[in-house]
Amino acid sequence: MKARVLIRLKRGILDVQGSAVLRALAGLGYPELRELRVGKVVELDLDAADPTAAAARVEEMCRKLLANPVTEDFSIECPLP
Amino acid sequence: MRFGVVVFPGTWSDCDFHYVIGEVLQQPVKYVWHRDRNLAEFDCIVLPGGFSYGDYLRAGAIAGRSPVVEALPEFVARGGVVLGSCNGFQILCEAGLLPGALMRNECLQYRCQSTHLLVENTDTAFTRGIRPGQVLRMPISHGEGKYHAEPHVLATLKKQNQIVLRYCTEDGGVTRAANPNGSVENIAGIVNDEGTVFGLMPHPERAAETAMGGTDGLMIFHSLLGSLVEDGSVLKR
Repeated sequence: MKARVLIRLKRGILDVQGSAVLRALAGLGYPELRELRVGKVVELDLDAADPTAAAARVEEMCRKLLANPVTEDFSIECPLP
Repeated sequence: MRFGVVVFPGTWSDCDFHYVIGEVLQQPVKYVWHRDRNLAEFDCIVLPGGFSYGDYLRAGAIAGRSPVVEALPEFVARGGVVLGSCNGFQILCEAGLLPGALMRNECLQYRCQSTHLLVENTDTAFTRGIRPGQVLRMPISHGEGKYHAEPHVLATLKKQNQIVLRYCTEDGGVTRAANPNGSVENIAGIVNDEGTVFGLMPHPERAAETAMGGTDGLMIFHSLLGSLVEDGSVLKR
């Protein structure tokens, strides 16, 4: 079963990487940009009885390793279309 | 004092720590592989700087769940002390042994430079030989050293006197200009609530001989040695 995890910096935490990318794009002719934040996508393929069981396992993986609860939020898409 | 210096794939300061402990301080020291869990023969475990596991995912994230780090809570519970510098500090935060997190430097640059550090807490095994308010000079070398903690965590750190080092000017001023990476409140090093686990971004092992440009890092090692009491235990405070 395929799943996708989207990991983002929590709102309110300064994303210095995002600010740098925003400035670069502004320099490339996109002055309309107001905000840009960079996150991470993790794609997984796992054995599971059903989507609910798979999502529960992936959530556990997020809490244990994939996301840092101090700085990041995550969302899970499972199963993938 | 018996030191164990942990080696992860990608660690780079392990040899420097081993040299300073073994040659400069003449103390017994061994390398500890990241898969080892048996730490019974050591009094102090050092997590050195570098890029453990390539710093994939986040700096220190994978190392923070490695066998040797999983063995640290028990090691500390039976009286051991842990010193994590640079990547070691990131690993301790990732493992939850210290609160907060270390994020990409606000300036976005990798910073390799000398820093001045105000010693705020001299009531730990790592700083007992230092005067309160003393300014130390040690180098930093990192791209992800911006200390971040939620306001309630920060309040607890202050209340329990867990902030050990802050970036400062040469004369001890804690200013924005003296902050190399954007750390909240210039924090450069903290201890756990027991004072037995110390994480700092600066490199004490790179300020341990005159030839290195300074010896202030030795004060941390000498404090540790001074904390070892006759029965072999380490004084916490």
